[in-house]
Amino acid sequence: MTLASHFSYWTTILLLMVGLFIVIARDNLIKKLIGLGIFQTAVYLLYIAPGKLIGGVAPIVGSGFAVYSNPLPHVLILTAIVVGVATLALGLALVVRIKEAYGSIDEDEILAIDAQDDASPTPDHEGG
Amino acid sequence: MLTQHFPALLVVVPLIAAPLIVLVRRSLPSWIIALLATAATFGIALSLLDRTLAEGTLSYAMGSWAPPLGIEYRIDAAGAFVAVIVAAMGLIVMPYSRVGIAAEVRNEEHYLYYALMMLCLAGLLGILVTGDAFNVFVFLEVSSLATYVLIAMGRDRRALMAAYQYLLMGTIGATLYVVGVGLLYLETGTLNLADMATRLPMASDSRAVLAALAFITVGISLKIALFPLHLWLPNAYAYAPSPVSAFLAATATKVSIYVLMRYFFSIFGESAVFDARATGAILLGLSLAAMFIPAIVAIFQHDMKRLLAYSSVSQIGYITLGISMDSVDGLMASAMHLFNHALTKGGLFLVLGGVVLRCRGASFDRLAGLGQTMPVAAFAMVVGGLSLIGVPGTAGFISKWYLVSAAIHLGQWWLVGAVLASSLLAVIYVWRFVEVAYFRAPPADHPPPGEAPLSMFVPALLMIGGCVYFGLDATWSSEVATRVAEVLMNSRSGGQ
Repeated sequence: MTLASHFSYWTTILLLMVGLFIVIARDNLIKKLIGLGIFQTAVYLLYIAPGKLIGGVAPIVGSGFAVYSNPLPHVLILTAIVVGVATLALGLALVVRIKEAYGSIDEDEILAIDAQDDASPTPDHEGG
Repeated sequence: MLTQHFPALLVVVPLIAAPLIVLVRRSLPSWIIALLATAATFGIALSLLDRTLAEGTLSYAMGSWAPPLGIEYRIDAAGAFVAVIVAAMGLIVMPYSRVGIAAEVRNEEHYLYYALMMLCLAGLLGILVTGDAFNVFVFLEVSSLATYVLIAMGRDRRALMAAYQYLLMGTIGATLYVVGVGLLYLETGTLNLADMATRLPMASDSRAVLAALAFITVGISLKIALFPLHLWLPNAYAYAPSPVSAFLAATATKVSIYVLMRYFFSIFGESAVFDARATGAILLGLSLAAMFIPAIVAIFQHDMKRLLAYSSVSQIGYITLGISMDSVDGLMASAMHLFNHALTKGGLFLVLGGVVLRCRGASFDRLAGLGQTMPVAAFAMVVGGLSLIGVPGTAGFISKWYLVSAAIHLGQWWLVGAVLASSLLAVIYVWRFVEVAYFRAPPADHPPPGEAPLSMFVPALLMIGGCVYFGLDATWSSEVATRVAEVLMNSRSGGQ
């Protein structure tokens, strides 16, 4: 149980933290999505790393091979990647609409605009 | 022989309806497809509930690959009960949507609305029926992605920000859930939930399993909007199109609560979750906070939709309170409140949707004098409000009654006081509506007296009528809820 033997786990934790921090700390909506992407990517590593055995081969039964790597984590993460791409695409599309509607992609500015609207109500805004 | 495929068809029917609708594109035909699909789904859900009550757990091997290697669809009374709630809500919202979205969604986007509703329905039902931990995540994301877009369809530009914030928090929640599932997979080597439950006792005290419990609990709690992880919910409900608010309020959080119950009682097992650690105490504390703080915030809202949204967060507290009691009575009360609150809050949002359509807004300024301009709708809102408070004769009373008696059963008398005190807060926020609707003059540009279009009015009144009906005759709901609680409690110890 050394630092090196659990290298992939430490990296996973680091990436999770970095991603979450960016989501929380940044005001720029695009940067938040980048953080979210890093956060999700960390999970891919968590799944894939244990699937690889040193010396393991693809699980095709043949003479001379006794150690196989588990392919299931890779398949799962393929699904998770698809989900992640869809989320990111949707998030970016929303940011485009937000930029059209507010003229800004800075969270503080947008909240300030909303607060202003609340103070002096105007008729409904069309989303864009 | 078709009935044998019902567990799969429950998901497949709405899932196929979605691309069909996108191909059709025109508003009216896509509405008809969506209506037929939801009706079929509701029929399937009812028949599944019937069968699970009679025969117990149904297992369906997807693509005939035998579990635990293949993906198993596994549904018991608990899952079927929530599936009936979700499918029924879909069936009620669909006829309502035809007129309901006309004012809020652009005509050329109607087909997208219906397609997304179908995807959302498929995702929610998939979570309930699947027996595979990773599959739960995929369905969770299917329903969530559809939900984000549905919320963003709201007319106000704040709907976009609400959808964006929900996307961030929802994705973080789902990702935390996947981390938890990953740890469980590393520890047990299986993703099949039933299989996992039998293997977990061998590793029950390993730190990885505890971390998995923590990750899954927090991840799902984000989706439940358990206080203090509820920040996405008020804006999402407030700015989404009215039928979407009603559908989400009645289904999305409820399905996540089901997932949490499943993990607590069927997979980790109550002894690992409650007896060995402080999960129960933490959940109890958060539930109490949820019962009070959002209810107080609700009192100070100036917009009926936001008020109802905060009230939802507060009502979720009652459901998790029942879970935290870790008893059959408590779980039964939770299941009851899950059903009754879906009925009440769904009904309230549906009535409010009709009101918003005529009054052009849900702020209290616009709703003033509603008792004169829309007497029936205002009265229906009051009846729904009484159910939120838990006045005898309404559905809300029944579930609070069971919650209180479960607390007494455990000797926790002070919880009775807490439930009563938080109901008093509900009295205050419901009274705010009564005051606005009956004791204030209508605004200068008020609509002529009349009610919402019939296709919106009838579903809304059906739901509110349901509140009263299930408040007077709770035989069916309490019997099913008892079975649900027993199934959840015994699913681990009772073999399988």
